[in-house]
Formats: sequence, structure tokens, C-alpha cells
Amino acid sequence: MISALVIVPGIISLAVFGLKPGIDFQSGSNITLNFQPAIQESQLRQELETLGYHDAVVQKEATGDYIVTLPEITSAQSQQLTTDLGTALNTTVTASNFALVSPVIASQTVRNAAIAVGVAAIGILLYITFAFRKMPRPLRWGTCAVIALIHDILVVIGIFSILGWAAGVQVDALFITGMLTVAGYSVHDTIVVFDRIRENMRKTGGEFDQIVNHSVLQTMVRSLNTSLTVIFVLFALFMLGGSTIHYFVLVLLIGVITGTYSSICNASALLVVWENHEWGKFLSWIPFTRKTA
Amino acid sequence: MRKRDVYLFIFVVVIFIFALFITLPFNNGLLGNKGVQLGLDLKGGTYLVYQVDMSKKDPSMTDGQVMSAVQQTIERRVNAYGVTEPIIQIQGNDRIAVQLPGVKDVNQAITLIGQVALLEMEDPVLDASGNQVMDASGNPEFTPAKATGTNGQSEELTGQYLKPNTNVQVDQTGKPEVAFQWDSEGAKLFQQITTRDLNKPLGIFLDGKLIADPTVQAVLSDSGVITGLTLTDAKTLAIELNSGNLVAPLTIIQQTNVDATLGADSLTTSLRAGLIGVAIVIIFMVGFYRWLGFLATIALLVYAAITLTIFKLIPVTLTLPGIAGFIISVGMAVDANVLIFERMKEEIRAGHPLEVGVSEGFRRAWPSIRDSNISTMITCVILYWFGSTFGTYIVKGFALTLFLGVLISMFSAVTVTRTFLTAFVSTSNGKRLVTRGIR
Repeated sequence: MISALVIVPGIISLAVFGLKPGIDFQSGSNITLNFQPAIQESQLRQELETLGYHDAVVQKEATGDYIVTLPEITSAQSQQLTTDLGTALNTTVTASNFALVSPVIASQTVRNAAIAVGVAAIGILLYITFAFRKMPRPLRWGTCAVIALIHDILVVIGIFSILGWAAGVQVDALFITGMLTVAGYSVHDTIVVFDRIRENMRKTGGEFDQIVNHSVLQTMVRSLNTSLTVIFVLFALFMLGGSTIHYFVLVLLIGVITGTYSSICNASALLVVWENHEWGKFLSWIPFTRKTA
Repeated sequence: MRKRDVYLFIFVVVIFIFALFITLPFNNGLLGNKGVQLGLDLKGGTYLVYQVDMSKKDPSMTDGQVMSAVQQTIERRVNAYGVTEPIIQIQGNDRIAVQLPGVKDVNQAITLIGQVALLEMEDPVLDASGNQVMDASGNPEFTPAKATGTNGQSEELTGQYLKPNTNVQVDQTGKPEVAFQWDSEGAKLFQQITTRDLNKPLGIFLDGKLIADPTVQAVLSDSGVITGLTLTDAKTLAIELNSGNLVAPLTIIQQTNVDATLGADSLTTSLRAGLIGVAIVIIFMVGFYRWLGFLATIALLVYAAITLTIFKLIPVTLTLPGIAGFIISVGMAVDANVLIFERMKEEIRAGHPLEVGVSEGFRRAWPSIRDSNISTMITCVILYWFGSTFGTYIVKGFALTLFLGVLISMFSAVTVTRTFLTAFVSTSNGKRLVTRGIR
């Protein structure tokens, strides 16, 4: 089960380290600083300590700029900080971006993000159930699609949790945006497969799992191709695109890749298992649930 | 080819040319547009969200009235300051979002907008021998100046009596001074006050802080000057007095400053990346589907042109994630073509003739295209809502461009691709090339 291999480290990381919330969720200020001539990251950290900013988090961008995250300060204070850093480190400092989020907005964003994800999951569930309403037990189809979706979301969150711990990558509102887009797109692919299953069920009879297997094989090429086109574009954007959307594109890229995988492998397999009441056999793969003989 | 298909083909070509005509001139456009609208993250500037403190408002005003009054005051100030295309929006019950593109001195702008700017004239507090009383920290003490108004009541002299023509002048020594004029009521009050305070300091307070205490040299009524400020502060004060004071105090709860050069850089790199990505997709399509792939490419170009035209016409403000959304929808537009082609392949392999393969391919692929794109559109709607509560234009921009992109791609898949394909297949050359692509 490749899924398990990818998800488990992610979940462990999530449990141990959690995600690194950016200021959108945690409130605070971000300043993007550029130093000419360049300085060492350690020098910057030390200077921030000296100036009294003990809670500062420093992250280096690919462009050489530093993003400093601080508890909430005003724009005027940030200008003062920039000047102070310039004098102390004997270099020209330019602040290009400044962002401030107060706790009022931050807590609201967290709440809204949770609502958005919840509504999206339910919305998709209902839509698939409706679209496949003429099939027997359409609710199962919807649920399997949503489970595949949750799998994709877990993979993305897991990877970002590891990135957060290893490289200080923060999670912000764009991350949630990317995740919701992934949710919508992941179902894209699943629907293509389900659609074929539906058609085959109408055309031929036969064992359900054979129909599903057949359908998956038939649609494999098109599933892969449709995803490849999007992956190409995302990959180009990721490698060569602007730095402000860098991690946003990464969320989408990971999401589309796992989305394709989960549509082909997970969603349909789950549907078969459910239809054939084979949950016992399926769960026996997971230790601790093995039924004693 | 059937007549209907011919008309459709011509229609598509015409739309394409029209779209190119509108999209290609990037900086100006037909139909009175100002060119492509760029979001704040690409133009540079600042985005501020203010919370209005309703607890300090005048009890006779409703919350709604307070919000409109605050919005208008901010608009006057921002326009006087000279920001091009500012956007000032009320959010919810007690918030105002202000977008100031191209602002250079952000802190000055913040002071300008956020300051209540209530001007008050105050009499000095005098002790028995006529000297001004000092408070504990050695500052002179004042008390609000009252005089009898036309209605016989005792009124305080505040900024509400100013004529809205305050401006900054330069006195003989070259120092800036803020010259103001009172309206008739204010002039009456001022006369009484200056008479009372002749040869004594007159306290001029802004938001409770003393900004000047000149000694009154003569009895004044219509006008006066405030000296002792820097040029920038004087200009800010003039704008604030002209716009009227804010009826309730504001606090910044969210702020984003974006540097213009960073925005421009990001834009060029991302556009280039997008073009490369699309180029790879085109190579792939042609490689895999050959002549069909070529047709799909043309359909793609038409799609891109139409979408950009719609963005320009609405107009949609493009942010960087928004542009990414558009590029992604280009990748997804090809999706629909893949579905159609794969289905066509199946039909033809099953032995159906080419024309039937084409029309069946479209008919059978449509439910998949429709359902899968609708799911993306549902998430876009949710994202749009999420973006509007967060108060950020960035998330909304992405949701909108992706939604429109997906919607238009559905149209382009069935109309454009099909039209081109049908046209192509009706020629014998076309038949040959397409069949080769399918084997």
C-alpha cells in the first residue's frame, strides 16, 4: 500500500510538529528584507535578538531575500527596524514587503478556513451523490470519492508539515486556497473513472469488481493524460515562476499528483470493497484489527 | 460539411479575431478600458483593513451612518492626497478595507487616513495672577473654549465650523503655515474667543494633542493660521481638516505593503514559466495525438484569447495567483480535449466511421467533462466566499479567474474543438491525417 507509505510519515510529522502557521493564522508581522551586500542568516538572527525581537523567525528565500516573522508591529516600527539593521550590520537594507495581521483577523481566518474545507467536502459529496443518483446506493460513490479526497489532503498536509519542520515553510491563506483547489480537482479525476464505471454498468452486466477493474483500465490512459497536462504547467510554474506563489504552486502540484493516483487506485478500490462487503478483508491489512480466528 | 457547421466555423473564427484584437494591445484597450487591470500585489502599494470603534461614536448616529460617513471622509482624504484608483470598501458592520495602489510613503498615508483629526480651540487655564497654570509634567493647561453661538447656546469651537478650503501657505520667512477660514458661525465664536484671549496663548488641539499655542495678537474672526508644523505634516493637516474629522476612531487590523518592483518581477517570471508550461503541453499533445493534438492546440489558443478578452471586458483584476489560476485553467482546458480524443479513438477502433466517431466522441465525453468541471467550480465558489471573509483580494482573484477559466474551457471544448474537428474531417486530407493520428 503505497498510500500508507506516503501518509504515515506525514501523519507522524503532523502529530509531532504540527503545521507551521503563518501570520494569516497566527497574527503577527512579516517583513521581506534585502541586504546589499549580502549577510549571513546567523548575523541577522543575532542582530534581531540584540534589538529585542526574541520571537523572530527568519526564513531565507531562493532569491536571497530574508522573510522575518515577528509578533505584531506597525509599519512605522518596521521601518525603524530596517534602519536599525542597516546601521548595525553596516549594509544597505531595503524592505520590499510588509504584512501585518491582527489577532482579530487571524482567528477569523482560521475559523473560515475550517468552514470552507468542511463545506467543500460536503458539497462535493452531495454533488457526486446527485450526479450518480441513478446508480444503486449513490451515497457510497460520493463517500468513496470524498475518502480519496481526504487521502490527497492528508498527503499534502503531511508533506507541508515535514517541510515546516525541516525548512520553516509557513502555512498561510494561499495554502488553504491551494488545498481547496486540490479538493476540487482531485474529484475531477475520480469522476472520470466513476463515469466509465457507470457506463459499463449500463451496458454490460457481470461482477461489479470486474466492471470496475475494466473501467479503470480503460480510463487509465485518459486519466494520466489529463493530469499530465496540468502537471506540466504546474511544474513549469513551480520551477520558474515567481517566489510569492512558489509554495502555492507546490500545494497544487502535490495535490494533482496524489489526486491522479488516488482516483486510479483508491477510489474505485474502495467502492468495490464496500459493494462487496469486503471491509473485513480490507481492514485485516491494518494491524490491530485482525479478527481472531 | 453541413451548413450549420460552416456557420459555426465562421462564427468561431470571427470571435477569435475579435478576441485577439481586444487582448493584444496590453496597455490600452477598446471600449474605453484602461488596459489590463493589475492587482495590488503586481502594481505595488498598500492594502489596509481598519476596524471602526463604534463605542466612541456619536450616539445619535446609527452604525450604518457612521460607516458611510467614515468611508466618505477617507475617500475625500485619499483623493486629495492624490492616489490614483484607490478602492475603499465597507466590510461587514464595522470594517473598512482601503487599497492604495502606487503609494510611496505608506506611513504618511496611514496617518492621513487613520487620524480622527478633530480640531479644537481651547482657552488657557489661568491662575489668580493671570499666569498660565502648568500641569504636573510642566505642560500648559487648557480648557475647551466656549462662546455664544447664533442660537444663544454656549458652543465649543471645533473643526466642524471650518470652511473646506484650508490650504498650506508659506510665510515671509519661508516656513509653512496652515491657513484656514471659519464659516459665519465659526467666525462669530472665534471673535469672542480671541477677544477673551487677547495677548494670551490660544490652545490649538488636534485629537486631544496640543499642536500650537500662539499668543493672540489681535482679535480675529474669519481666518487664522497654524504654524510650527513641517511641510508634510502641514499638508496632511490641511487635507484632514478639509475632509472633516472621522466620526469614530480607527485601528489597523490588517496591512499588506507590496513593493512595485517585486510585483513586476514576479509577473514576468511567472508569465514566462506559464508560457513554457503551455509549450510543453502543446508538444505533448502533438506528440501523443499528432494531428488531433495540433487541432487541440489551435482550440487552446482560441480559448486563451477568449478568456483574456473576458478578463479585460469585465474587468477582472489580475493578481499573481489569479494569473496562475488562468494558466492552470489552460492546462485543464486541454483535459477536455483529451477526454474527447480518447473517446473518439475508442469509437473508431470499435469500427465506427470517422464522422460518427467524432460526434459520438463528443456526445459521450460531455457528461465527464461537465461533471468534473462542475466540481472544480463548486470549490471556486467556496473559495470566493472564503476570500471575501478573509478580506483579501488575492484569494478572490484566484477563485474568480479559475472559475471563469473552467467555465469558458467547457464552452471551448464543445464548440471550438468540435467545429475545427468537424471542418477538418470533412476534407479528405483531414480524414487521412486524423485517422493516422488515431492508429
